[in-house]
Amino acid sequence: MSTTVPAGYKWWSGGKSPFNVSYGKLMMWYFLMSDTFTFGAFLISYATIRMSQNYWPDPNHVFNTFPGFGHTNLPLAFVSLMTFILIMSSVTMVLAVNAGHHMNRRGVEKWMAWTIVGGLAFLGCQAWEWTHLITGEHAVLINGKIQEISTTVKGNPWGPAVAGLMHDGHQVNTPGPIAFGGFFFGITGFHGFHVFSGVVINLIMLIKTKLGHFEQRGHYEMIEKAGLYWHFVDLVWVFVFLCFYLV
Amino acid sequence: MEQHAAVASPEITFPHEPASSTKRVWKVFWILLIITMVELSFGFTIYFIHKNPNFNEHLVLAFKGTIVILSLAKAYYIVSVFMHLGDEIRNMIMTIVLPLLLFIWFIAAFLWDGYAWRNLKNKFNRDLPQQTQPQPEGRKPGALD
Repeated sequence: MSTTVPAGYKWWSGGKSPFNVSYGKLMMWYFLMSDTFTFGAFLISYATIRMSQNYWPDPNHVFNTFPGFGHTNLPLAFVSLMTFILIMSSVTMVLAVNAGHHMNRRGVEKWMAWTIVGGLAFLGCQAWEWTHLITGEHAVLINGKIQEISTTVKGNPWGPAVAGLMHDGHQVNTPGPIAFGGFFFGITGFHGFHVFSGVVINLIMLIKTKLGHFEQRGHYEMIEKAGLYWHFVDLVWVFVFLCFYLV
Repeated sequence: MEQHAAVASPEITFPHEPASSTKRVWKVFWILLIITMVELSFGFTIYFIHKNPNFNEHLVLAFKGTIVILSLAKAYYIVSVFMHLGDEIRNMIMTIVLPLLLFIWFIAAFLWDGYAWRNLKNKFNRDLPQQTQPQPEGRKPGALD
């Protein structure tokens, strides 16, 4: 795929991009690089706080439910589905970019529509997971009393179990580190906001494709730029998935 | 006859030839899917190791480290093939990749700091309200502080 450049070609002599890309695409890359540092800072601060605690909740214990399966213990199942949805929508996005390279308007429309469907499906999954965590109450021993608390930025029911203490047939825990909810909702929320804005951008690109704007322009580079953003969202999820659910 | 897209900008000297087939995309899709499956199987392995109260901490760390390396491999494939960075010219790739090397220092320094903070708290501030959990048995107080 790579283009052969003649030896001694003067990239820096002016009048052209020394990186052989348009200004818009280059700036999209630099924006994404700066966003990488934003997400990196969030994830590293999460890791630092987690390292500073003697106890941290086990993700296989916190995220073990699947919609429609009640209290069945299914660790990693739902987040696997979310990961699969995002990888799939990344693939449909590349296919849209590829269709754009071939000036195939119908192809771009089809694959952009599927990418939007994937993004909305992911957002739906995240909405369910948040609702489940925020509304799901668990018995916790606080100041000698058993209280029912849910996972929020102010409360964490996922501390170590109190040996031998049961309440309504459920194990009673001590409160876990408060920072857990803040980091989880903050980082997955920031990522979810990126997914949401990505869906809006993709929707605008789909409408512009349907209106024939890119066909008149003679190229589909805007689809490529939107695609870079969308793949970045998938890329961030790889690391959110790693830091919150796997390790 | 299929028509090809025009060059997007006069700044571009050598336009990329569009890929004739989507074979490469599907190949990377399968690679990403298989890596994710392996990561999940390691995640389940850790889950079952944790069921044993006297589990081997180093074994869990080894699995977690492997998952981190696999995630970096996924990141490489997404950036290089899906985002087509691998097809750009070398100078452009380097302006994106080299600044990311700062992360090596960020991760090492901050994780080390978090670990030292835990040890300091365990050693000196046993009654701090955020210190909800006693330190586990066998952890040497004062290491790395």
